[in-house]
Amino acid sequence: MVTDAVDQARLTVEGMTLAFGKRVVQRDLSFSVQPGSIFAVMGESGCGKSTVLKALIGLITPTAGRRVVAGENYDAAAPARRREIGRDFGVLFQNGALWSSLTVAENVALPLQMFTSLRPSAIDALVRVKLALVGLAPVGDRMPAELSGGMRKRAGLARALALDPGCLFLDEPSAGLDPITAKRMDDLILELRDGLGATIVIVSHELPSLFAICDDGIFLDAKTHSAIAHGAPRDLRDGCDHPTVRAFMTRALPPTEVLQENGHGGL
Amino acid sequence: MSEQPASSPVWRIEANADTYVLHLTGDWLSVALGADQGTVDAVASALVGLPGATVRTDAIGRWDTGLIVYLLQLRAAVAQGFVLDDTALSKPVARLLRLAEVGLAAPSPPMARPTVGWLARLGWVAIRGGREAIAVSDLLGSTLLRTGVGLTGRSQTRRGDVIALMRDAGAGALAIVAVVNFLVGGILAFVGAVQLERFGAEIFVANLVGVAVVREMAAIMTAIVLAGRTGGAYAAEIAAMQGAEEIDALAVLGVSIQDYLILPRVVALSTMMPLLYVYGCAFGLLGGLLVAVLTLDLSATSFVNQLIASVNADQFWIGLSKSVVFGLLIALAGCRLGLKAGRSASDVGRAATAAVVAGIVGVIAVDAVFALCANALGI
Ligand SMILES: Nc1ncnc2c1ncn2[C@@H]1O[C@H](COP(=O)(O)OP(=O)(O)OP(=O)(O)O)[C@@H](O)[C@H]1O
Ligand SMILES: [Mg+2]
Repeated sequence: MVTDAVDQARLTVEGMTLAFGKRVVQRDLSFSVQPGSIFAVMGESGCGKSTVLKALIGLITPTAGRRVVAGENYDAAAPARRREIGRDFGVLFQNGALWSSLTVAENVALPLQMFTSLRPSAIDALVRVKLALVGLAPVGDRMPAELSGGMRKRAGLARALALDPGCLFLDEPSAGLDPITAKRMDDLILELRDGLGATIVIVSHELPSLFAICDDGIFLDAKTHSAIAHGAPRDLRDGCDHPTVRAFMTRALPPTEVLQENGHGGL
Repeated sequence: MSEQPASSPVWRIEANADTYVLHLTGDWLSVALGADQGTVDAVASALVGLPGATVRTDAIGRWDTGLIVYLLQLRAAVAQGFVLDDTALSKPVARLLRLAEVGLAAPSPPMARPTVGWLARLGWVAIRGGREAIAVSDLLGSTLLRTGVGLTGRSQTRRGDVIALMRDAGAGALAIVAVVNFLVGGILAFVGAVQLERFGAEIFVANLVGVAVVREMAAIMTAIVLAGRTGGAYAAEIAAMQGAEEIDALAVLGVSIQDYLILPRVVALSTMMPLLYVYGCAFGLLGGLLVAVLTLDLSATSFVNQLIASVNADQFWIGLSKSVVFGLLIALAGCRLGLKAGRSASDVGRAATAAVVAGIVGVIAVDAVFALCANALGI
């Protein structure tokens, strides 16, 4: 039975274990994402952040545990219902995942053409605004292969916004962006939350943007394959004693990797 | 988010003394953009004659980027000199609007592509054809040169790659090459039998099948199978590597594309093709034999005797040397078209198609050249 607390949350995960074959990526994860919050998934490279994101959007089936989306048990839902739930999800993949044989504008337009009955002129107008929001209005007619890495990221975000989703999943949205564009991206994410009331799950290593925009989060550990901390990044920075989390938040090496002055390792 | 249906956008203009306020209420969602083209026009025409108005969204229902589109369109639709004051918008709306305006203000490069006359286009086709011919000869020449280096073991070709490619192209194609050649041999015998029976010359079916299979059909059919199976795969693989910048990564390392990608494929196909040709010959002749024995009043022994008498070594050498050239041609076409491909997913498909077409057409064309040469030499 779905409890009240789970009912309130936009997304809830209970005891989720993710594995590729026999190799476990993360074990027994539990967390919930409140509506209208910005939730950070943090951790070292390779700890399974992207995998968790893919599990949340239904691309990967957990080997154990349960996913609840807006009070509805996702794991028990029929495929058709899952697709319906998924339509309210906007996803920015880590590598952009733009459709390489469509122009940037067509990439953003495709979801609108598929899932709305808007007139072409209305779709054009929406696409232009979405591209403008990410600063790509001038390059709408270019092919993805003709974009820089950061531009591809932003085009991916514009596509994620295409259907004005209630829930956004962003895998490293500001990786590869200069500080000014990254700040604009942060602002845009905040606007989307404040203005449109979107719930946002974000994977990021950018400490400044994590501290600035996230309300809650989870810290995954690669060695123990489990979550080692829960909470907003700025609270973890100020109040978490776990050495890995401390090292991450202060951009330092973990104590075990620091060579002592007398030349002997800390092992 | 919420499942309730969207209500439609509602607006009203309020006049207090000299100032006018445009109130937006109801839901302003992008899904409604399609339904009412008229909203923006209606608002704009209601504003005609006023000096300016302040937009307010205090009592607005749900909204999304559709509202931004409405506001931008409204600003474009109102008359020159009209002041649409957006300072009273709620903060999120104002900030999204500003972000969109900043983005739209960035200069757009001209979209139109220059039109080109047919003469210029013809010229370009010729120039491109010439360049392509040069590129292909370059590829062929350098591959042959590198083969020499490769034989001495000093190239960057990895033996394991060559063996894996040979296995894919050779052993992997055994079943389909057998089936195709068996059927072609059978068909030749069948067609020949019907005609030759009329003259009581059934035994010459063996000549027909023997010469046709050994000299032409086994080499051509095997080459066509491999053009579709392996040539297309080479082009697709290399084109996909191109798209994922894998080729660039190799180039940066200083790995020669020639040695690492092209040479193994050319070597694999041009060694496997003759072997498959011999194998295909056997199945073609077997198919012919089976059909001849079953449909005609011929014994297997007499068919084989006649076959041995009619097919001489020259026929076999012609077939075998053709198959080497076909292998070379298919591998080069696959690699060249893969390297030439663009970087999108559909470019991969296009490269594969082009490689198959080029392989098949090339095989037939080269076969015709062989036929002419053999004719001139009197073989
Ligand atoms: N398709 C797959 N098949 C097998 N293993 C995979 C697959 N995708 C990821 N993995 C493994 O799962 C682990 C987590 O990968 P994931 O991509 O989620 O990491 P990440 O935390 O997103 O890292 P990064 O910050 O570098 O993007 C890694 O050890 C990776 O090797
Ligand atoms: Mg990742």
